[in-house]
Amino acid sequence: MSWLPEASAHAARIDLLLAGLTIISLAVLGLVFGLMVLNVMRFRAGRTTAVARAAAGHKNWWFEIAWTAATLVIFFGLFLWATQLYVVGFRPPADAIQIYVTGKQWMWKIQYPGGQREINALHVPAGRPVRLLMTSEDVIHDFSVPALRIKHDVLPGRYQSLWFTATRTGSFRLYCTQFCGVGHSRMTGTLTVLDAADYADWLNNVPASGSLAMEGEALFIRSGCSGCHASSRYAPDAADASRAPSMVGLYGSRVVLADGHAIVADAAFLHDAILDSPRRQGASFATEMPSFRGVLGEEDLAALVAYLQTLSPALPPDTGN
Amino acid sequence: MSASYLWQDGTLRSWLLTRDHKRIALLYLGSITAFFALGGIGAALIRLQLLEPAGTILSDATYNRVFTMHGVVMVWLFLVPSIPVTLGNFLVPLMLGARDLAFPRLNLVSWYLFVASGLLVLYGLFRGGLETGWTFYTPLSSDYSEGRVLPVVLGIFLNGFSSIATGVNFIVSIHQLRAPGMTWYRLPLMLWALYATSIIFVLATPVLGITLLLLAFERLFRVGVFDPTLGGDPLLFQQMFWFYSHPAVYIMILPGMGVVSEIVSTFCRKPVFGYRFVAWSSVSIAAIGFIVWGHHMFVAGESLYSAIVFSMFSFFVSVPSAIKVFNWLGTMHGGSIRLDAPMLYALGFIGLFTVGGLTGLFLASLAADVHLTQTYFVVAHFHYIMVGGMVSAYFGGLHYWWPKITGRMYPEIWGRLAAALIFFGFNLTFFPQFILGFEGMPRRYATYPAQFQVLNVLSSAGAGILAVAYVMPLVYFTWSLFRGARAPDNPWGATGLEWRTSSPPPVENFAETPVVTTDAYDYGDMDARTGVADAGGRHHV
Repeated sequence: MSWLPEASAHAARIDLLLAGLTIISLAVLGLVFGLMVLNVMRFRAGRTTAVARAAAGHKNWWFEIAWTAATLVIFFGLFLWATQLYVVGFRPPADAIQIYVTGKQWMWKIQYPGGQREINALHVPAGRPVRLLMTSEDVIHDFSVPALRIKHDVLPGRYQSLWFTATRTGSFRLYCTQFCGVGHSRMTGTLTVLDAADYADWLNNVPASGSLAMEGEALFIRSGCSGCHASSRYAPDAADASRAPSMVGLYGSRVVLADGHAIVADAAFLHDAILDSPRRQGASFATEMPSFRGVLGEEDLAALVAYLQTLSPALPPDTGN
Repeated sequence: MSASYLWQDGTLRSWLLTRDHKRIALLYLGSITAFFALGGIGAALIRLQLLEPAGTILSDATYNRVFTMHGVVMVWLFLVPSIPVTLGNFLVPLMLGARDLAFPRLNLVSWYLFVASGLLVLYGLFRGGLETGWTFYTPLSSDYSEGRVLPVVLGIFLNGFSSIATGVNFIVSIHQLRAPGMTWYRLPLMLWALYATSIIFVLATPVLGITLLLLAFERLFRVGVFDPTLGGDPLLFQQMFWFYSHPAVYIMILPGMGVVSEIVSTFCRKPVFGYRFVAWSSVSIAAIGFIVWGHHMFVAGESLYSAIVFSMFSFFVSVPSAIKVFNWLGTMHGGSIRLDAPMLYALGFIGLFTVGGLTGLFLASLAADVHLTQTYFVVAHFHYIMVGGMVSAYFGGLHYWWPKITGRMYPEIWGRLAAALIFFGFNLTFFPQFILGFEGMPRRYATYPAQFQVLNVLSSAGAGILAVAYVMPLVYFTWSLFRGARAPDNPWGATGLEWRTSSPPPVENFAETPVVTTDAYDYGDMDARTGVADAGGRHHV
């Protein structure tokens, strides 16, 4: 099954799982068709005698138990195998390069940590984990790279994450696989996997304005965030830490929400908190912050999140570039 | 015996106001045949478009409207009603030994609701159409779509009431109208299957109704339910939609399994092996079917733990399905097998359903699903279940009970030929799509990369054969109405109560209420009663 290239070790593992599923399916199918044909040949009306039929014997309910148990055991094995490979997708390595993907009718917009931008094209280095933080500006899309055997829906208003380590250089197709309107089948692009040296060259040759985090820093001031929130360089006007939480060290810390439960402030939390501040408000602050929905686009949000991540230096925010 | 139900009063008025379950079944048969043809035209246009990578005859926008039309019409106006409202309506009272369903007027109302819903959907589809797919995912459907979402969604909302009415009618009839001696474990397995289906109709359909109504509210009044810019949650729609639509898959397959159990028993001249296992497997499929909906959302953003639990339940649901397949094979073992057209369809069902079920395992397996979902693999998988499985069973059932329904035999040779051609055409159409899916071709694409063309052309060629094969029964069934040989009361030598009355049955079904003294499929008893020894062959013509 390999005329679809395997561009990662994960792809090879998925193909092994698919091969296992195929073999078990063929065995069951062979059994079903085999029994069907045998039965038809042996017990065709007019061709058999009552004796042959009586010799077929009487089956009892042990048969039911036997094939039910066999089905269960085989299927449980498959379930464990497939689940184990799926769980990996939820555990991105901490040192992954973080790239922002925004879906929009009908294109993919890509932002790199170094400030580079592309449309319908994604460049990654071979052998290094890459984490995509994906969101949509309109309807639901789905970012799919068959050569990597991965895909994930891209939802408006929240971040979804998808990670991979490409091991094979070359160009591979990427598709939108969640129906998104008239131009759905044109919402495709190319994933280019480069070796480390070529990737460095590529990064240097694409025009970029500083870095994504620097862009975010500018936005942090321009959008008025720095008026209330402390950050490393900009103190709030009132210097009143009870008015708004400091952004220093926020990323990766535990935040207690107004409804009492605590979560880790990851990229998705930062993104959502900017859009839906009242809902995501930390418990100790009043709900003064306006929503920035409709004010900041997804690309602006990606830059802001990238900037806020740099304010937690203990954690590796985005290690690309 | 009095006059047959077909000719007792031939006025149009008497047909349109009939409360006879047999006539209502025929009204339904006419309506869903028209919808099947319409959905089939949609399929033909899709396969024509995909002959070439850049598309052949449709613009992107039109293609999207056509596949949406195909899905909506086939699911709600053909597959969901198919066997229950035609064969089920006709057979439930006959198999129970009853005069009619428990609520004859409700039965007629359900047909009018169905027709009204169909017209509303058609109005939407042909006055502009819509491009949301049959799944209506938000916020595309609630905000961005420029199509006629409202009439179609309201049509399906209305359609739900028709389903619920039918479900209630079957449940009450099976509880209340069983002939003397017809205990639960003497019911034909078709009735167990329809009973399980009816439970899903009654419990799941309201959720679809609520979901679509909320969607309509959001679209009309901008009430934020699913649209994130209004404070809603787009995944909530998917949770609610699949809470109905996954059980609906079992609405679309359980009745087929019932039909196959009847046919296999008759044409093997043996009781169904493991009757109680087959009976309860229908009920357990219906029950487990309610807790697997999350497997449609493995890449949609549901939590890891939901995904694991839904994957495990999805594996469980395959167990009762496997029980059925093995029991049909067990029934054949030691039987006296005849390969008339209904049996060919039933064997086709077993084979194609098995392929559909096994490829379902691929999609229940989490990591494999991530690669295969939303590609042609999924398209092929559910067509194997719904077309290869359900439509085969529906055609098998139509051939099997045609003599009873019309009093005429269909031409056997043509019946067998059509069955064989459908099997071949079907596999040629859909098997290449498994490979396309593995290769990564996304579904719902109006255009595609050139590397996928060969397999698409094969698939389209298969669709051409399938189209011819589906037209054949329409032609020879119509022919048989006028020229077919007169059918005896029990042409297949089967045991069910429906075969103990005339073909076609009289208005009141039975001259006197039958009394049941044996289990279903008791051929020994029937031979003793009718004085026919184990002839091992057909008794008629």
